Amino acid sequence: MSLTGIVSIALGAILIENFIFSQFLGICPFLGVSRKVDTALGMGLAVTFVMALASVFCWLVNTLLLVPLNLTYMQTVAYILVIAALVQFVEMFLKKSIPGLYQALGIYLPLITTNCAVLGVVLLNTQKNYDFLSSLVYGVTGGIGFLVAIVLFASVRERLDLTADCPRSFEGFPIALISAGLLALAFMGFSGLKVF
Amino acid sequence: MTNVWLAVAVLGGLGAFFGLLLAISSKVFYVKTDERIEKVASCLNGANCGGCGYAGCSAYAAAIVEDGAPIDRCTPAGQEGVKGIAAIMGVEAVEMQRMVAFVRCSGGDKAQVKYAYNGLQDCTVAAQAIGGGQRSCAYGCLGFGSCVAACRFGALSIVDGVAKVDPEKCQGCKACVETCPKHLIDLIPYGFEGAVPCANTDKGGITRKVCESGCLGCHLCEKFCPHNAIHVVDNLSVKDYSKCQNCGICAEKCPRKLIYMPHMDVSKRTTA
Repeated sequence: MSLTGIVSIALGAILIENFIFSQFLGICPFLGVSRKVDTALGMGLAVTFVMALASVFCWLVNTLLLVPLNLTYMQTVAYILVIAALVQFVEMFLKKSIPGLYQALGIYLPLITTNCAVLGVVLLNTQKNYDFLSSLVYGVTGGIGFLVAIVLFASVRERLDLTADCPRSFEGFPIALISAGLLALAFMGFSGLKVF
Repeated sequence: MTNVWLAVAVLGGLGAFFGLLLAISSKVFYVKTDERIEKVASCLNGANCGGCGYAGCSAYAAAIVEDGAPIDRCTPAGQEGVKGIAAIMGVEAVEMQRMVAFVRCSGGDKAQVKYAYNGLQDCTVAAQAIGGGQRSCAYGCLGFGSCVAACRFGALSIVDGVAKVDPEKCQGCKACVETCPKHLIDLIPYGFEGAVPCANTDKGGITRKVCESGCLGCHLCEKFCPHNAIHVVDNLSVKDYSKCQNCGICAEKCPRKLIYMPHMDVSKRTTA
């Protein structure tokens, strides 16, 4: 695995094929947890963490178990199982070892179980035939892409709430959806970006 | 057919493996939580207003159970809450004084305006503008209602350009106290009348020029008070809630009619 390959995967996951803005995965937490920058940051970090772990474990399950046994058609089910167990485990671990982080993440940690961006990253890893290192890089950077997107969007929403002279019928959720669309359009600008 | 059974076996095995792993780790990473915390939390109001000084209702409940924090900090839950917590914790229920917010300004539209302010309609922003906002009185309420927005109980409103508290709705959570950039809002005992609604510490002559309502520091209330309950400090009259007997003499003597005491008890005036 060359350095160029890693950089290419990273830039692709963060900017060009951003999970939220160009693949439209993980929209639920993106809209639900983006009211404040602080919580958005917490959610983004938690998702990054789980995505990285899920990439590693799902890669292991896939290469060591599903592929040798010709069970690749069970990937989705197996991955869901892995992710759910993983999130549970991470929650227990954090509660015991890092209570501060556990408090900060709060309800968002269990919510990640049903975050389709996490399932998306592991399925894409398989689809693209990534090796172990590439899977890990794709998981981490995919999470960072999510983090960037949700923090950007939360900052926009904070300003919208505070300063925008928004028509009454658009207040709240409608204007949030519109600004999410505009942000996605802006991220389309990266689609022409070619790495090496 | 074998394929199906293989899939069942593999996924079942995987599930059982993860289940076992989680079962073991739940023992390994077991964190003992005191069941009283949840009970105490159910006695609290649940508004997560932060008025107790803790991060939220559950944080305060944990502090009561684990660190022996005082049990009378939840103003929204009131005396009922204190009784409930006392029963759970096995301590004596303390009498709690209900505190409500009070805005130390009555100026509003009665105060002069020194320039037309066209910025963001928010007190915190306006207070950072030139001269601390558009009003000539540098101490007074700006009237953009940041406290109104901060209040979760709908107890505040802007009346004639100045914030007013509805003591019936106020839960004493201090959200407005922390929001007000002019630090105008205090907590006073519920039912207490005649707090001085002004915060201007300039000399009387200056105050008179900028506001029709401000306290001039004329000492009349101080002179006539039979209970030594009101004093002029820094050109501003300040009342001592513990000494005031609600006799209302200060309200009558105030040349600015600043002190409002609708339920004054005239009979208390004799005990000088």
